[in-house]
Amino acid sequence: MSGRGSARRSPLAQIAITSVILSALLIVITLLTDGFGDRVLVRVVTVMLVNVALTVALQMFMGNSGLSSFGHVAFMAIGAYSSLWFTLTPQEKSRTLPDMPETWIMHGWHTDFLPASVAGGRRGGGGGGAAGHRTGAPARRLLHHRHLRAADRGAHHRAELGPDDARQPHGVRHPGSDDAVDRAGRGGAGGDRGAALPRIAGGPAAARRAGRRGRGGQYRHPHRVGALGAWVASIFITGAAGALWAHFITTFSPQAFYIGETFIIVAMLIIGGSGSVSGAVIGAVLVSLSSEWLRRLEGWLNQHRSDGTIIGQIIPIELRGFAEIVIAIAMIIILIKRPAGLTGGREIGLDGFWGRARRVKGQKGVEPGVG
Amino acid sequence: MTLGLVVVYGILRLINFAYGELVMVAGYGLLLFGNTQLAWPLVALLSILSAVIAAVIMERVAFRPVRFGSANTMLITSFAVSTLLQNVTLLAISPRPQAVRLPAFFVESVTVGNLRLRIVDIASIIVSVLALVILTVLVRRTTIGIALRAADDFTMTRLLGVRANLLISVAFAISGLLAGIVAIFWVGRSSLVEPSVGLQPVLIAFIAAVVGGMENLKQCWAATCSASCGWACRRGCRRRCWTTATRCCSAS
Repeated sequence: MSGRGSARRSPLAQIAITSVILSALLIVITLLTDGFGDRVLVRVVTVMLVNVALTVALQMFMGNSGLSSFGHVAFMAIGAYSSLWFTLTPQEKSRTLPDMPETWIMHGWHTDFLPASVAGGRRGGGGGGAAGHRTGAPARRLLHHRHLRAADRGAHHRAELGPDDARQPHGVRHPGSDDAVDRAGRGGAGGDRGAALPRIAGGPAAARRAGRRGRGGQYRHPHRVGALGAWVASIFITGAAGALWAHFITTFSPQAFYIGETFIIVAMLIIGGSGSVSGAVIGAVLVSLSSEWLRRLEGWLNQHRSDGTIIGQIIPIELRGFAEIVIAIAMIIILIKRPAGLTGGREIGLDGFWGRARRVKGQKGVEPGVG
Repeated sequence: MTLGLVVVYGILRLINFAYGELVMVAGYGLLLFGNTQLAWPLVALLSILSAVIAAVIMERVAFRPVRFGSANTMLITSFAVSTLLQNVTLLAISPRPQAVRLPAFFVESVTVGNLRLRIVDIASIIVSVLALVILTVLVRRTTIGIALRAADDFTMTRLLGVRANLLISVAFAISGLLAGIVAIFWVGRSSLVEPSVGLQPVLIAFIAAVVGGMENLKQCWAATCSASCGWACRRGCRRRCWTTATRCCSAS
């Protein structure tokens, strides 16, 4: 559905229009949610916005390289733990992470919420970005190799596990939620030797370099151009999203950055379409909101089932993981029927979707970026 | 487990994330059939059969429609299938670990010198080596094995008259068979089965498959042993070396 108007516009104008439309969509959802005043819905939409950032970051890599990455949440963890490290006061660091030596880097230094939350990029994202830059070179070497996914998954697992005592929850300082630190302090008595260290150096600079390189990545040969740039920029945004998420959730453990989160982000991208930013945003919005609706439906069914109504006769078992099952089925159907996702690898514009997605030989659907 | 992964990878170039769920299916098979009056060998056989059937159904329903898609599509499909099966089990059975009824010899042990060896551990090593030998013979000496090896160039294999659907189903059935055998020893170690029971062995198998190379059964087997030893060491060497060795063989 490529409109004639879109064809006449310059690529820059089309990108600008797409950006405005997608931003407007997110702003409208946020304002509407805020207007309703439902606190649960506000939390859902906040997490949805973080998911949008994560999905766009994943799209940046997958869409440009044509490869899958199941390890991005590890960099989200680095961003989250970096923001934890920077926002805690030295006293809180000593209390929350009692096994951490006081001579460690930046132990006596901390920042408030506002500077720490400036997109999380300078602090939390910096950690992820720098780590991404370091892993970028081996990733680029692996780009022609099918085993990248497994290698990436290995990195993910290392970041997730760490020392056993790193599994304890940790708190992030957040306005109006000082108790989070105390909660984490009580839960995290085992210390945090395994928490990801902040790596500031090279974060923003790496992202700027990534921006220059990454722009060339889209719609070119997936294995060559812009792969490293796309990787670094993607990791930087993932780290920043992790920092934002950490400041919102305030108490978390390394287990939060594992298979469940990976599945949700990958599902968002696949359902929306990995070939375009519009697909990533639309997928994140759809999956986030439908997940919440399905969880509410699950709760409603379980409640009425136990009340002895006819629902109890129809559904004999207590429903659990209903949302994940529906999302997994939707994902499989999309992969079978429309592997390029709902957007078909095209960007949204004033006249509908624009851009041309490549048809893969032997498939009914289209899958851009995959050769 | 690595051998099962390699068999499917060799023909479809698919790293099957849902492979751990075949272990889970066989584990719940042990639970289900173990609660009947059937003799234990029959229970084990039926459990392995359930993993084989699950593998073939998985291939037919989820992987066959995306067979001509990219490697990414198949990989992500396997991820979705894995999540789906885990959550269905969570929904239909229970998120809590369930105790599996096992025969007495699973907890019996023999003493050799200063070593106290569990019979199930010895059986685990023997079965692992046997699986490697049988699979090697199957791949090298039988018609179906030659077809599996030739399937590296799948289009040519089909042009030569090999039935593609049958060949792929056989590959999945073999991987299901191996997953079923793994499940008996893996579940047998703790006598518990839960929806995520296949996650840990499949992670070791992935690492080993990458380290050992996806093309060579023997190298994969050796790499799995190394990876499992490393895994056990990472856990702080809380278990004895002998236990580590048997764990290696289960993962292999």
